[in-house]
Amino acid sequence: MAEPLLEIRGLTKRFGALTATDRIDLDVRDGETHAIIGPNGAGKTTLIGQLAGDLRPDAGTIRFAGHDVTGLGAPARARSGLARSFQITSIFREFSALDNVALAVQAHAGHSFRFWRPARREVALRDPARAMLERVGLGGRADVLAANLAHGEQRQLEIAMALATRPRLLLLDEPVAGMGADESQRMIRFLADLKGRQTIVLVEHDMDAVFTLADRVSVLVYGRIIATGTPEAIRENAEVRRAYLGEDALV
Amino acid sequence: MASRARAIAIVLGLLALAAVPPIAAALNQPFYLDLFRRIMIFAIAAVSLDLILGYGGMVSFGHAAYLGVGAYAVGVLGYHGIHNGYLQWAVAIGASMLLALGIGAVSIRASGVYFIMITLAFTQMLYYLGISLAAYGGDDGMRLASRSQFPGLLDLRNATVFYYVVFAILVACLVLGHRIVNARFGMVIRAARSNEPRARAIGFSPYPYRLGAFVIAGAMGGVAGALLVNHTQYLTPEFMHWTRSGEIMFMVILGGMGTLAGPVLGAAVLLLLEDVLSAWTTHWQIILGPFLLLAVLFAKRGLFGLLPGGGRDG
Repeated sequence: MAEPLLEIRGLTKRFGALTATDRIDLDVRDGETHAIIGPNGAGKTTLIGQLAGDLRPDAGTIRFAGHDVTGLGAPARARSGLARSFQITSIFREFSALDNVALAVQAHAGHSFRFWRPARREVALRDPARAMLERVGLGGRADVLAANLAHGEQRQLEIAMALATRPRLLLLDEPVAGMGADESQRMIRFLADLKGRQTIVLVEHDMDAVFTLADRVSVLVYGRIIATGTPEAIRENAEVRRAYLGEDALV
Repeated sequence: MASRARAIAIVLGLLALAAVPPIAAALNQPFYLDLFRRIMIFAIAAVSLDLILGYGGMVSFGHAAYLGVGAYAVGVLGYHGIHNGYLQWAVAIGASMLLALGIGAVSIRASGVYFIMITLAFTQMLYYLGISLAAYGGDDGMRLASRSQFPGLLDLRNATVFYYVVFAILVACLVLGHRIVNARFGMVIRAARSNEPRARAIGFSPYPYRLGAFVIAGAMGGVAGALLVNHTQYLTPEFMHWTRSGEIMFMVILGGMGTLAGPVLGAAVLLLLEDVLSAWTTHWQIILGPFLLLAVLFAKRGLFGLLPGGGRDG
């Protein structure tokens, strides 16, 4: 089989006595949607932080698209094709929706030591940004201040920013968290449409989203991956049931 | 349209500044020429601080350093008989850019209160260095033998000419600042101020851009310093005192951070109040203090922010 797009080996992160990430091995194949689930405190956020380059692991390696990126910071990883959304919506609130996405385009359009031409009039930044807003369904909201968008719209905007960088891998940290049922369904439909064309790592609590979207699921408990497999296999896995899904969640 | 009110206010303000020399001449009050020249020089310093403070989110509490280095470049060269303005001002700009590069390289890696303390500490070091330079008057400072000379082009001894030179430089700094903050470069430092983790996550490394902004602001501060020492015709380490940094910062906050025009308004209001109140009573600071407090409490976006559409740029 071809080399996986993302290859994690022996990844370990400790905070004092707590081992938040415990010798994790994980492969994400090119084109798949790989969900990472786990109960609260399982170390999902810590794992994402290390994947995105915000946290430095104590041991282990992360290879991305054939290169060792373990030592790279977040901006360099983003430029190499890893885009993310945050668990708590993270956007440029004082800028318009279009500005937000145009900034993401700009970050991948060479250096920004350009001092004279107004960036808001650069077609090379604005056109792709506008097209991306259309694609996520925010076309009519381009000139609205990001802070004034509804919560669900802000999450869509975040995804638009991530996609505007044309990533090899999209890292989504609880994309439907805090959303109403309607918004959440719309987001899941959007991601389902994206799936297959875009490699996605999805960290999510919402089992509906996970079992609808994921090709494979990895279960994280106490900093360790206790199982990886298809959604069906994970559902049947006795250890996963005991550790995580609980008796009530059996369907 | 809201931003139109803002543009009109800026044009009217600049026209008013341009009209000061003829009005002062008509009233036979040359003092006003002096006062508004001083206001514009501090406005240049405040605009340059706004680039890093308002747009870059870097609370530099040491902007007087660049004022001082610009002033010392002119004063020291003049002391050694070099009065050529081109050379003096080039050295003033170059030296303040280098200084900004040094201070910025160290301080930008720090954040929050550490950033403030580092920039303050560097400036205090320079202040004490100025005091220790006995050859150049030390604590007392020294008189400038001559203003910067631009043979064949300008004569700064002519108060009106000097006034319009300062005016032109202020306008140039405003135009340059406006272009910079709206160009790709400016969008990066503003994005990093707005949300640094997000800026990094889409692929921006803020550090080199912040450092670049620091150096540009340093250059403008150096120009302001060169103008200031020509204005006072007296070189003193007081230019670098930390209260001076505080004053410049206050002009920015009072006028409106992240607006460029706001700091000009802030400089004018602060220095005019100082002038009016100090003529009225020796205890003028008792009145100025509460006024400034009220202004900051009730005009959170600065005086310029009270205009429709006058709020800060994102």
